[in-house]
Amino acid sequence: MDFNDTPEQAKFRAEVRAWLADNARLPQAGRLVRDMHLRFDEAKQWYQKKAAAGYACLDWPKKYGGAGLTPVHKVIWSEEVEKYTEPDDYFVIGIGNCGPAVMHFMPEQRRAELLPRMASAQDVWCQLFSEPGAGSDLAGLRTSARQSASGDWLINGQKIWTSGAQNSDYGVVLCRTDTSVSKYKGLTMFVIDMRQASVTVKPIKQMDRGQHFNEVFFNDAHIPDENRLGEINGGWEAALVVLMNERMAITASVPDGFAEFLKFVRRAELAGTPLREHPLVRDKLAQWYCLHAGVKASYYRLITAVAQGGVPGAEGAIGKLIAGRMNQEIADFSLQLMGEFADLHEPAAATDDGYFQDAILYTPGIRLAGGTDEIMRNIIAEQVLRLPQEPRVDKGMAFEDIPGG
Amino acid sequence: MNFDFSEDQKLLQSEAQKFLQQQCSNDLVRSVMEDGERFYAADLWQKMIELEWPGLAIPEQYGGHGLGYLELCVLAQALGGSLAPVPFSSTVYLLGEALKMAGSKQQQQEHLSDIAAGKLIGCVAVTERLGGSIHNLPDSRVINGKLSGQKAIVTDAMCADLALVSARNANNAYSLYLLPLDQPTVTRTPVNTLDPSRPAARLQFDGAEVEPLGAGGKGQQILEEVYDRAAVLFAFEQVGGCQAALQMGMAYSRERFAFGRPVASFQAIKHKFADMYVAQEIALANAYYAAWALASDAPELPLAAATARVSAIDAYFLCSKENLQAHGGMGYTWEFDCHLHYRRAQHLSVHLGGAPTWKNQVATELLATKTAKEA
Repeated sequence: MDFNDTPEQAKFRAEVRAWLADNARLPQAGRLVRDMHLRFDEAKQWYQKKAAAGYACLDWPKKYGGAGLTPVHKVIWSEEVEKYTEPDDYFVIGIGNCGPAVMHFMPEQRRAELLPRMASAQDVWCQLFSEPGAGSDLAGLRTSARQSASGDWLINGQKIWTSGAQNSDYGVVLCRTDTSVSKYKGLTMFVIDMRQASVTVKPIKQMDRGQHFNEVFFNDAHIPDENRLGEINGGWEAALVVLMNERMAITASVPDGFAEFLKFVRRAELAGTPLREHPLVRDKLAQWYCLHAGVKASYYRLITAVAQGGVPGAEGAIGKLIAGRMNQEIADFSLQLMGEFADLHEPAAATDDGYFQDAILYTPGIRLAGGTDEIMRNIIAEQVLRLPQEPRVDKGMAFEDIPGG
Repeated sequence: MNFDFSEDQKLLQSEAQKFLQQQCSNDLVRSVMEDGERFYAADLWQKMIELEWPGLAIPEQYGGHGLGYLELCVLAQALGGSLAPVPFSSTVYLLGEALKMAGSKQQQQEHLSDIAAGKLIGCVAVTERLGGSIHNLPDSRVINGKLSGQKAIVTDAMCADLALVSARNANNAYSLYLLPLDQPTVTRTPVNTLDPSRPAARLQFDGAEVEPLGAGGKGQQILEEVYDRAAVLFAFEQVGGCQAALQMGMAYSRERFAFGRPVASFQAIKHKFADMYVAQEIALANAYYAAWALASDAPELPLAAATARVSAIDAYFLCSKENLQAHGGMGYTWEFDCHLHYRRAQHLSVHLGGAPTWKNQVATELLATKTAKEA
């Protein structure tokens, strides 16, 4: 058990620190970029800057555009980059979910073509899983892939909640290739070129006015067979690899709002009493810190296990379950502490650039993206604790016979 | 960074678990709980002495093994899981640590050697009244080496040989003393406790012979440091208890059927277990971090220990109460073992001062330092 850096890690940390000091921007009042197109451009620039300096995808092999380092180096990087305002996790879905899928299922030549461009954000990737009728019950999806005589595939159907689809060059898409077998057995996963005309992306306006999610329509979209990930009808197993990496990635990146809360507590007051001295506030501060520290320490345990050759398990669901709820509760409590002033959703006038006003509006989405709280609990109960599944009405039925509605 | 116990430490833990599974059944726990004349499981304690557990982290010069806190942590987790009714925490985490921290060479030579040899059971006597804690100046008083006063509840006092006692000295300064319990000026009266598997006594002192531990006036400071260390070890006991309670609830729910299927297949029950597991894992992760801070004598210890303590208190209460609920009406019977964990959770949570005290420490430590992000 040792939290300290090895000499090699300390050297890496010092290099990273120096590079960030020269290249990353510190937060400043009014600097937060709200326009999502500008934020996307910023993110692309940041990733390209990182890649040029050799800091992209630290734990990927060098031949795929990574740095050939370890998950521990990633932790060091995120600790050092935390205080800057750069969009360092912006392309987490592509790099965290799609990257490992490409690495796992594609032949060497395709990996070498696709991955370095992904690492430097020259190509942007999205994940096309959820559908209007298949969210929590993902394996119930209906988008179809039919193989033509040439061996290539034609895709028809609709996806939804696809983060970043409007900016994406490629997507990892899960499709139904056989309706005559049970729902888990008739799926196949592919890489699709999103820039073709038969793919239509329609942004969804969120309740917080943002437009990160999209509907994606496929109308005879084309996928060459070389873009298939894994076996025909082996898509569920392939999807599980993606989802496992997703949970690992989001454990580290779901914002919990704690740092912002601590900052607020340090300097605001309630009816003349500094918040830092207020017993009700201190109780919440301690409670949330214990969760914040616990998720972080759990992540360190996970990283250590992976570094020792283990596989990231469903334990990552813990981080998402805790951080999503906590961020929403922190936003609410902080706004309550501000009184009527909290209603003012004007970045220039509000506390911390309106962080808490923004957060109360975006946190409901954090609890849904990547699986609801209930799905996280199911994952923990069934995959970690190995408790029996609910009886399923559609168990063993051919997909085409399952009632829908 | 390596955030895991070593292979040797894991081996120690699994050996300890195996040993306790064989030697510390719930029947043994009940034998102490249900017999007002038994103050600890003496046979089990004797076997633990044969395994040389009390001296695990005592320096070799005093006959111990000279191992570190990490070994104590893995042992604590196994002890907590088995509900072992022995005075290990009082002797090792509290008295032993106080001696290491503040004892004179001679006190260390004498008492640490006895602890390592299994010849000494210890306890810590600090609570005098409702709301009393190590943060209040005690009313007990020592004048000319004689102690007068009382302590309302002292865990393990009935079986202990030597007590660490807080008292004011002749200058009204908060000080600590070592009190041999076997003297006519000390009256020990057994008291009923929430967890009778960890018996306690009320102590009355009428001019009892004591000797100072550490400098006069340093009592509170020493106790706070001892309690920070003990909090980490208690957290591991609590996490061990969480794991046992969760396993117990899941095993029962798998076997019990309702509406034609295992109770464990209902989402309402599974989500309950998922929440218990999450609380347990958070407590364990915070305990790991605190273990590192303890073992490396890091300046983060007061924050890390308090964080581990708060998470462990919350998690064991949750796991023990929801395990009981998952058993339905049977869980509320004396016969079923659910209340053993429910009681132990309460005992462990208040023994070093309850959650509000430690939450307050978390807030204070947190606000006293700037995090890297803020710096």
